[in-house]
Amino acid sequence: MNDDDFRPRVLVTKIGLDGHDRGSRIVAAACRDAGMEVIYTPPWQSIPAVVKLALEEDVDVVGISSLATDHLIVPKLVAALRDAGLGNVRVVVGGIVPDNEEKLLLDAGVREVFHPGSTMDDITGRMREYAREARRAEASADAGGPA
Amino acid sequence: MNKPDAPRLLVATETALERWQREFKEGVVDEREMTNVSGIPIRPLYTGADRVASGGDERLGLPGQPDYTRGIYATMHRGRTWTQRQLVGLGTPADYNQRLLGLLERGATAVSLIPCNSVYRGYDMDSVEPELLGTCGVVVNNADHMERCLEGVDVGRVSCAMNDPSPFTLLAFMLVAAERRGIDWNKITGTSNQSDYLSHYVANHMFYRLSLPGARRVLMDHIAYCRQFVPRWNPMSVVGQHMQQAGATPAEAMAFTLSSAVQYAEDCIARGMDPDEFLPRFTFFFDISLSFFEEIAKFRAGRRIWARIARERLGAKDEKAWRFKFHAQTSGVDLTRQQPLNNIARVTAQAMAGIFGGLQSLHTDSYDEVFQVPSEAAARIAVATQNILREEAHLTDVIDPLGGSFYVESLTDQMEEKIAALMKTIDDAGGMYKAVEAGLVQRMIGASAMRFQRRVDSGEQVVVGVNKYRADDDAESRPPVERPDAAAMQRHLDDFRTAKAARSNAAVAEALDDLTRAAKSDDRNVFGAVVDGARAGLTNEEICTRLRRDLGFGQPLVIV
Repeated sequence: MNDDDFRPRVLVTKIGLDGHDRGSRIVAAACRDAGMEVIYTPPWQSIPAVVKLALEEDVDVVGISSLATDHLIVPKLVAALRDAGLGNVRVVVGGIVPDNEEKLLLDAGVREVFHPGSTMDDITGRMREYAREARRAEASADAGGPA
Repeated sequence: MNKPDAPRLLVATETALERWQREFKEGVVDEREMTNVSGIPIRPLYTGADRVASGGDERLGLPGQPDYTRGIYATMHRGRTWTQRQLVGLGTPADYNQRLLGLLERGATAVSLIPCNSVYRGYDMDSVEPELLGTCGVVVNNADHMERCLEGVDVGRVSCAMNDPSPFTLLAFMLVAAERRGIDWNKITGTSNQSDYLSHYVANHMFYRLSLPGARRVLMDHIAYCRQFVPRWNPMSVVGQHMQQAGATPAEAMAFTLSSAVQYAEDCIARGMDPDEFLPRFTFFFDISLSFFEEIAKFRAGRRIWARIARERLGAKDEKAWRFKFHAQTSGVDLTRQQPLNNIARVTAQAMAGIFGGLQSLHTDSYDEVFQVPSEAAARIAVATQNILREEAHLTDVIDPLGGSFYVESLTDQMEEKIAALMKTIDDAGGMYKAVEAGLVQRMIGASAMRFQRRVDSGEQVVVGVNKYRADDDAESRPPVERPDAAAMQRHLDDFRTAKAARSNAAVAEALDDLTRAAKSDDRNVFGAVVDGARAGLTNEEICTRLRRDLGFGQPLVIV
């Protein structure tokens, strides 16, 4: 699979209570401009709604934007994705995440936390890499190999 | 001066100018054409010729005199300086109360209340993820909670700003709490900081939203009710801050805010209210970004435009109604997670722009706001910054010290032109309500946010420590963030459940039905019914859910 054929499918969304969506809108637009299939939602999604969308849209990466502490429930999202059989989907978080809580997220299975100051090229490059990773893991699981 | 001298002086200036042009061309290092964030070209030098072209001193006038370019009061910061109003809200009502009493002890004269995002979104604490409770604001769900928040605070003496979106449950809780303590509502002063529902549609922040028509109705009821029963309360704060935080340029933020104010004022007039009576209670709330001179010009231009609109378009005759009173907050968007102590310098420059812009009230961000709700230590530095600028650096000794500056006056004129042109776009779309309904404003702001991001990503806009002058990660300057005590929050939740269960079901049902009757009747005041509901023990979620059912819910538009 060369780079031209590979179209990552990414879901860019916000869960929880906050709606500051400048970040999620910019990242969604940057992913689209970088040639990805972007599924974008308005803020205030519930965890079950995100899991359902990830399943239906067959996404490789779920990107959660968080400004006002909603990252605190991302571990619940990671667990819910796993429970729904979507353990290969990569979850990334972008936004305001304190150092001590970043560790909690990574321990819970979040692939990466993007902090303020990340460039759009950084973010889209990594999203593409994680999408490829998710796709490979999925293919290997389908072939009966380890996930 | 005798006449023959004047032409000679002009010739001399011209020669000097030519010499400067030559020397500048020879020596200039950076030949890029520059524009500010609002897209106005910036030249390397401004001269008296720019001042003449823009109408000179006559246009400027003096402080306290319309059109108020130099400030809305004759005394400006030589009279009452500005109100230092820091945002406060965290944890349980007891946590909030403790923090508030501390601030008052240290001399604060105005308080603010930031509720938990669950409150903003119209939920009670028993129906949201517990991890999120109290992390961004205080968990206030009913009048009892508000009473605890304000325990020991003389509500009749201290001005209280409530971050309170439609349907204004927090004000309702506060009025009930005051009533229980025998405080006369005529004495209560403060502001409904989140009454600008249009801004909540433009920038998806954390606010619960009724449908646009529902929010429009409740706002008018709220203004009418406050004018009648809480006469010293400012029911209307028109907010440019959300829009600029969402990506609007300074000119866009000012234009859309003024267009919103026109919309609200025209709605009030259509309801039979007198602009001379309600406009003096309109206030504005803006962001101050790091684009220093652009921000100063934004405020000076906005002040001038508003005076003209109030007089000519809205027909207000009293000068009090023409005055553009504003609170401003330094912009969090400009702060960086990298080398966070640098944020103190950024906030200082932002605050200076606001002060030179003639603000009435100021919140300086704490340097740690980029990764948490301010810690007490960082909040103290933010307040000290204001005191240093005023009392050590003497920024307020002279009124409008930049007045008459070739650059500032020329930029003020150009910002005014830009703002007026943007307002014309909104007028052509049928006014702010229609422009927001159609998503026009949201799209414009989204495009500006993208443009700004590209400026930063390309390095055209330098951000120290991020895209230039990067240093090794200095994680030690970002202390671990502590969240509200989970056990205390659990007790708060248990108490709330118990209190809810102890209420009479019949009384709750009757209070909710009365809300419905008010919402369905044109003769009733919905906000009056919200206050009655708060008195009867209704919770925030109960009130919001019922009004959402009766007046419709505001779904977000999807615009990327």
